[in-house]
Amino acid sequence: MSTPVPEGRPVVEMSGISIEFPGVKALDGVDLTLRPGEIHALMGENGAGKSTMIKALTGVYSIDSGTIVVDGSPHTFSGPGAAQQAGVSTVYQEVNLCENLSVAENIMLGHEPRRGGAINWRATRRRAGEMLARLNLDIDPASSLASHSLAIQQLVAICRALVIDCKVLILDEPTSSLDADEVAQLFEVMRRLKDDGVAILFVSHFLEQVYAISDRMTVLRNGRLVGEYRTDELPRLELVSKMIGASLDELSELEQTTERIAHDRSGEEPFIQAVGLGRKGSIQPFDLDIYPGEVVGLAGLLGSGRTEMARLLAGADRADSGQTTVSGRLARLRTPRAAMQRNIAFSSEHRKAEGVVGDLTIRENIVLGLQADRGWARRMPRRQVDEIVEKYMTALSIRPNNPDALLRNLSGGNQQKVLLARWLATAPELLILDEPTRGIDVGAKAEIQKLVAQLASQGMSVLFISAELDEVLRLSHRIAVMRDRVKVAEITNSDDVTVENVVELIASGGTDS
Amino acid sequence: MSTVKTPTPTSPREPGNKPRTAGGMSAGMPVRFASRIRVDRRYLPVIGTLVVLALMLIIGGSRYENFLSGRVISNLFINNSFLIVLAVGMTFVILTGGIDLSVGSVVALSGISAASLLQSGWPAAVVIPLVVLIGTVIGLVVGIMVHVFEIQPFIATLAAMFLARGLCYVISLQSIPINDDTFVSIASWKQQFGEEWRITTSVVIALVVVAIAFYMLHYTQFGRTVYAIGGGEQSAMLMGLPVARTKVLVYVVSGTCAGIGGLLFAMFSRSGYSLTGVGMELDAIAAVVIGGTILTGGTGFVLGSVLGVLVLGLIQTIITFEGTLSSWWTKIVIGGLLLVFVILQRVLVVRRR
Repeated sequence: MSTPVPEGRPVVEMSGISIEFPGVKALDGVDLTLRPGEIHALMGENGAGKSTMIKALTGVYSIDSGTIVVDGSPHTFSGPGAAQQAGVSTVYQEVNLCENLSVAENIMLGHEPRRGGAINWRATRRRAGEMLARLNLDIDPASSLASHSLAIQQLVAICRALVIDCKVLILDEPTSSLDADEVAQLFEVMRRLKDDGVAILFVSHFLEQVYAISDRMTVLRNGRLVGEYRTDELPRLELVSKMIGASLDELSELEQTTERIAHDRSGEEPFIQAVGLGRKGSIQPFDLDIYPGEVVGLAGLLGSGRTEMARLLAGADRADSGQTTVSGRLARLRTPRAAMQRNIAFSSEHRKAEGVVGDLTIRENIVLGLQADRGWARRMPRRQVDEIVEKYMTALSIRPNNPDALLRNLSGGNQQKVLLARWLATAPELLILDEPTRGIDVGAKAEIQKLVAQLASQGMSVLFISAELDEVLRLSHRIAVMRDRVKVAEITNSDDVTVENVVELIASGGTDS
Repeated sequence: MSTVKTPTPTSPREPGNKPRTAGGMSAGMPVRFASRIRVDRRYLPVIGTLVVLALMLIIGGSRYENFLSGRVISNLFINNSFLIVLAVGMTFVILTGGIDLSVGSVVALSGISAASLLQSGWPAAVVIPLVVLIGTVIGLVVGIMVHVFEIQPFIATLAAMFLARGLCYVISLQSIPINDDTFVSIASWKQQFGEEWRITTSVVIALVVVAIAFYMLHYTQFGRTVYAIGGGEQSAMLMGLPVARTKVLVYVVSGTCAGIGGLLFAMFSRSGYSLTGVGMELDAIAAVVIGGTILTGGTGFVLGSVLGVLVLGLIQTIITFEGTLSSWWTKIVIGGLLLVFVILQRVLVVRRR
């Protein structure tokens, strides 16, 4: 950044913050200082305590020890409402808005202009429209929030945060579901707010973004403070090694273990073969073969039909045309259970809603799929359960290393790993992974990628979906390109295929390939 | 029926040629399409209710003489005024995703308390607010159980239901007639419009309750928070809305409405009886559901619940007019209708996904 790093009296000073959950010491004596007019990145792996730190500041969690000073006076917020009143506004990682209400309401809820005590809807909609315009969003404020994509909902959430005159804006993974243009748009807004003297706390797993926008960063690891640094004084690799606490060599080793050799598949029988499979309003009919030991990547923009294809193959949605053959036999995958019986496992992109069970422990979540497979009457012996849980917790390095911790107390990335462990425990022949690395830090990402490659080399078929094209390219033997709910192309991966090639395919719709 | 057209504040803009941007926003290429004349999906269940109501009026009107008369319609409101009030309170609770099973018992408790206190010579001016307050207090207790102690609404209100019913038996096992002059004169006040149309005190009270509820739900922060909680309690909390207060308050509203309902039923029957209102909570829930409010919360309108009550009342009227059918048919038709509406809601919810 060319602008000078702002100094001055801090607007937020958190010191010695500790929070403990049953079985998890989430934060241990962490400090954080925010100054007016700075963009401050909070960095760390999954489970390092970033989200907990934010929730401590906004009063969602009460702190066990430590002090929070906002604007010179000590504060303990009783909840997000109180924090907002003091000028601390938050946009959370998973969109926390109400889908049953309109866009205007979601933006203005709790801050509606009044006339004679009653909510003035005309003014409310107008004001919401102004906020949307500030972010260059061209949507009807009166439209229902549910009718918009996740990316737009995220921007609406930011609009909401801007409604109050905030001194501190907290953005927890705001970019994880945005495309490049939308990210640029967001950064523009962030810079404008920074010039207005707002302190922005920014959490992102995209290092590029952090380096592009932040002035300072605070690095956490395992609930402890590693340190506060100026962004221009901390090289990228050093940051990563601080975050994961490992030397740089180990890291690059992880990155390079994956290999992708495209075999000649003629004469082999595909594990799953979809012919003309489609569903009205969801995805146009497509053909797709996946061979044993093969990783097929799905590339395409958000909403291009990647998830829809996965859901059809996993039986989560019912196809209304075409047919599927599994291991040479015709299979009607009408329910996820039918798919599971044919050894197809589907790890959903919405881990909170469609995946893990927050009120169960890590152990229970991991064996859930396995138990469902065995039927409820045949209880698994405890020793066998412990073996399986131990195996996958180690393999995926799930933190905290305590199988009795409740899942909802885990960070997003670790929940994702537990979800993955559950499906792996059922020993599927086809594993469908929808955005398994979204919102996950570099270390864990590399671990998951490595695992996928390893599983494929042991003969498992994998359908891999990710918004990050380089990741798809690194892992896949073949890549199916999606656009506007149509499968537009299929390419065999090789060293010659680059991210640019795929982007071109997506842009051109595969017409010239 | 013009009430239904009352513009709800969140209603979509008038259909015009204003283009809307579709969801995708992919790479700066917003997909645009002209908006057609279409009804917001949220209004579909209510419109369904309205259609059913209209059909029933048409069928009734064509089959029976004097069916479509001011007297029948007036009686529909007069006989169901207490149920309208209960359904209004129930709407608040169901919109947050809760349920209130206590209202039938609270109706009995409030009615028998009124009768008993009037019998022992208390002035009506004290008794009337007092019995409404009984409902409020029970609602408050339920709300605190639900929010502070995190007890399932089903269980908390079930407990309140037994408690209130038990208290009725403590007061009296017999029906207590109401002879207080002031009370009777209030109860028997009516205003005639022309030959056939008339309204009574209870109808006025019910309509005032409906108007206040409509205002609260659509023009106050409390009301919008009710919807937000139904859309997602966690989200509402993180948006900084007063979730705790609102969750307690919806049960207070429902309890108060039950207290008022008890008062109206006492006016209607000129007595208080401990067995009044057994199963009335289920009628109220049925009216709310038929009125288009979805049991998981977040979607629905108080005017829809009023329509729901009218549908239930009209079923009864038609069966009375039919003459040969036993009154059990009321229950059968309500049951069938409820099933149809619940299925309709499922279809709408599934479509949305």
